[in-house]
Amino acid sequence: MNQTNVSIARSPEQILSANKVLKNTYLLLSATLGFSALTAMISMGMNMPPMTYMIALIASMVLGIFVLPKTANSGTGIGVIFLITGLMGFGLGSVLSMYLALPKGPEIIATAFGGTGIIFLGLSGYALTSKRDFSFMGGFLFAGMMVLVIAMLANIFFEMPALSLAISAGVILVMSGFILFDTSRIARGEETNYIMATYGLYLSIFNIFISLLNLLTAFSGDD
Amino acid sequence: MDWMKILAAVAGVMMLFYLWPAYKHWSQNSPEAKPGDWQAVIFALGAVILLILLLISVVQS
Repeated sequence: MNQTNVSIARSPEQILSANKVLKNTYLLLSATLGFSALTAMISMGMNMPPMTYMIALIASMVLGIFVLPKTANSGTGIGVIFLITGLMGFGLGSVLSMYLALPKGPEIIATAFGGTGIIFLGLSGYALTSKRDFSFMGGFLFAGMMVLVIAMLANIFFEMPALSLAISAGVILVMSGFILFDTSRIARGEETNYIMATYGLYLSIFNIFISLLNLLTAFSGDD
Repeated sequence: MDWMKILAAVAGVMMLFYLWPAYKHWSQNSPEAKPGDWQAVIFALGAVILLILLLISVVQS
């Protein structure tokens, strides 16, 4: 069998550049997560209605699709990513207020928060230490994401609790895959823009947290 | 609220349009998995599943 093995050696400059992107990504990710927590607290303090979540999510999606890619190579991109994550945090605050009203609400939120942190740190650490190239997962992850979005669209109208749980479980697995995929791309120097890298990781963390909240609430018998 | 459902559906369709080019790109340009790559993914995702089961048992207790 004819097999060609191509090995691509990276220069010290490329390794340094990848490390710089990785460091900047984690710094910006920490700052945006902190900012989201702040806007979530503001939203909870203001007692925002649940529909705030949907409105904030759509606004942040529009910014993420149309504005962020055009500004990610300039200083404006930093402002845009803070605006997006701030909006998502503000929307999340209204959902958290609903969960807090449940008997086990505070425990569920704390567990989902801790679980999300463990998943992110564990998978990122695994991708960095294993030094594997997880970009082979790209096609599967985007296909999985599209299937999940179609299932979500169907469930908006069918409102099946079992499908909602299956979607949440699927989102956690696909987003976990995206953490491996994104982290390995940053570490290997394939993603050179730390603002876009931050956005990808932030979305994975946000979606894991929301899905974990949904799963834990369903299985705690609180819903 | 019906308009909220419509808004959510619009967001979902928008998401599909956003994902489609990325899906096409990655399905055509993804590198081949090397031996052991899928095992590494299954190991990581298996650990995530175990953690979730543990968290569920924590909130149930």
